[in-house]
Amino acid sequence: MEHKSKAVREPLIRLSRRDVIPLYQAILIRAAAILLALLLGAIFIYSISGLNPLSVYQSMFEGTFKTTRRMWDALKDTAILLMIGIALAPAFKMRFWNIGAEGQVLFGCLASAAVMIYGGERFGVNLPSGVVILLCLIASVVAGALWGVIPALFKAKWKTNETLFTLMMNYIAIQLAAYAVSVWEYPYGSNSVGVINSGSHIGWLPTLFGQNYGFDVLIAVLCMVLMYVYLRYTKHGYEISVVGESENTARYAGISIRKVFLRTMLISGAVCGLAGFMIVNGTSHTVSSAVVDNRGFTAIIVAWLAKFNTFIMAAIAFLLVFLDKGASQIATDCQLNTHASEIVSGIILFFIIGCEFFVQYKVSVSLPFLKKKN
Amino acid sequence: MDRILMLIQAAVTFGTVILYGSLGEILTEKSGHLNLGVPGIMYIGGISGLAGAYFYESAGEPIAFVSMLISLLAALAGSALAGLLYSFLTVTLRANQNVTGLTLTIFGAGVANFYGASLMKLAGGVGQISVSVTSSAYRATIPFLRNIPVLSTLLFRYGWLVYVAVVIAFVMHHFIYKTRTGLNLRAVGENPATADAVGIRVTRYKYLATCIGSAVCGLGGLFYVMDYTKGTWANDGTIERLGWLAVALVIFSIWRPRNAIWGAYLFGFLYWMYMYISGLSRGSQELFKMLPYVVTLMVLIFVSLRKKRETQAPSSLGLSYFREDR
Repeated sequence: MEHKSKAVREPLIRLSRRDVIPLYQAILIRAAAILLALLLGAIFIYSISGLNPLSVYQSMFEGTFKTTRRMWDALKDTAILLMIGIALAPAFKMRFWNIGAEGQVLFGCLASAAVMIYGGERFGVNLPSGVVILLCLIASVVAGALWGVIPALFKAKWKTNETLFTLMMNYIAIQLAAYAVSVWEYPYGSNSVGVINSGSHIGWLPTLFGQNYGFDVLIAVLCMVLMYVYLRYTKHGYEISVVGESENTARYAGISIRKVFLRTMLISGAVCGLAGFMIVNGTSHTVSSAVVDNRGFTAIIVAWLAKFNTFIMAAIAFLLVFLDKGASQIATDCQLNTHASEIVSGIILFFIIGCEFFVQYKVSVSLPFLKKKN
Repeated sequence: MDRILMLIQAAVTFGTVILYGSLGEILTEKSGHLNLGVPGIMYIGGISGLAGAYFYESAGEPIAFVSMLISLLAALAGSALAGLLYSFLTVTLRANQNVTGLTLTIFGAGVANFYGASLMKLAGGVGQISVSVTSSAYRATIPFLRNIPVLSTLLFRYGWLVYVAVVIAFVMHHFIYKTRTGLNLRAVGENPATADAVGIRVTRYKYLATCIGSAVCGLGGLFYVMDYTKGTWANDGTIERLGWLAVALVIFSIWRPRNAIWGAYLFGFLYWMYMYISGLSRGSQELFKMLPYVVTLMVLIFVSLRKKRETQAPSSLGLSYFREDR
């Protein structure tokens, strides 16, 4: 019997997982992606404004770097975004999809604002500012940890889906905040809390390096280093990565998954709460249901893209803040509305997300007509 | 009596927006993809429909029916494209689904709010965008049924998209649970590797489920713009909130399109109830608006307690599939 020889069909595109990729190549791929994204963004801006894209990118640059004040403003925003990203890192590394940062930060904000209001000038309590700050710090950390550990409890006990759970918790927190605003409304009828302790500045973080936001930046930098060490060099960090890689392996190694879940989410929530403290005591000095401003969601992207490395997180957070500021600047210069910045950020994020594929996989194209026939 | 009728009407109209969103998301999630871009896709559907209608209407002498058709097609195309982008990133490029979805929400909100506020200006006009002719076509009711007392308020005084949503829900339910293709789709969502082994084209199913699902989501945005806000645009973030409610409704209905119908109206009822209870302070109104989320959370917990296989989320939900990784 003779087999009929069949032509072997070669796939046009072949994918294979890379074992290791040289660092320069990985950087090159990512740089190319960002460049492409900027190009596409330029085309978009050109199409709506008709302006020279180069001058547009110049005004984008000025959005962050034109004055020292702007730079500090950008640093402050970076610090807060980074802080939330830091909070998410241990949870994500454990493959616990905490998308409830928005709610955890907001709950921290609420706790901190409560301390500021009830210990401040409005009710004539007038505690010393230092005491209020300390109490705010404790309250916000506890509140954030509490909001974070609830989904972990259910996940540990009944395997309740944490992505959906934390998502719902966000909106419960937002409605709670709306409720709190109506209770704390001041002056009456304004539908807002107003600047808390605007006269006495009780509970406001003091200036550092002569800057209003000095403390925010300092806290974020400290946490960045601490979390890096915690994840990389401690037993806890190791346990987190084992649970993240494979729950079965963790079980086999005698790691109590339940304990790791709870502990890690306590930490994750607590750091979120701390971010809330930074927002209320360090920058906004007020609270509303929108005070977190979707940064809890943006931070998810930051934490994921940085692969849990907090230093890279800082770079990505800064990039996003820079883009946001720049796009707002363009929008003001061209009298467009500021949502243009979300479009440009979206485009760039899509490219960064997409390019990770080319870092992880090797794509080889084989065109049949280029092949020699044997 | 009148108050109750009004509440029911408000609940149904509100419910229809999130019903579309969650029907689309159910189809997508059945293929194993947790698309957190629902709010963004609803935004894109809404703005595409609005833009389509606006350009047609401002060309002069608009015919209501044609305008309706154009905006419908624009909304379907826009949101399906958004779904295509999502599926390209998550299926072909194997990007993380949560991250991609959230980015899509940011992007969609940006696109919609940007063009919603500046379409008029870019086209050289002034003031707010408004497409009254198209909107009236969406809100037209059947003349002789309109005047029956009570019954008409209850059943016949809605725009046609309200009824289409219910039809889609039943058709989708039949498709998912009663057809071979639906069975295949569920297999892909439960265990793509097994589905692949029996020869189901996993990638094709994922792409189609996501794109068609997104198109259905987009109808929610279209309905919101054309019917709920009567053909205008407001940058107040409502679509985003409704989009997340739609995601909540998917869980509430335990991934069954038929449950989503009454779930959607129940959400609408819970959401608007505060308007019809007299003597509520603004604070307690806000607490009332929390109810849909709390109820969803309870369902989520309850379902995980019972551990019944039929009521769980698709097993591979949120995980990328790469054949070579097996």
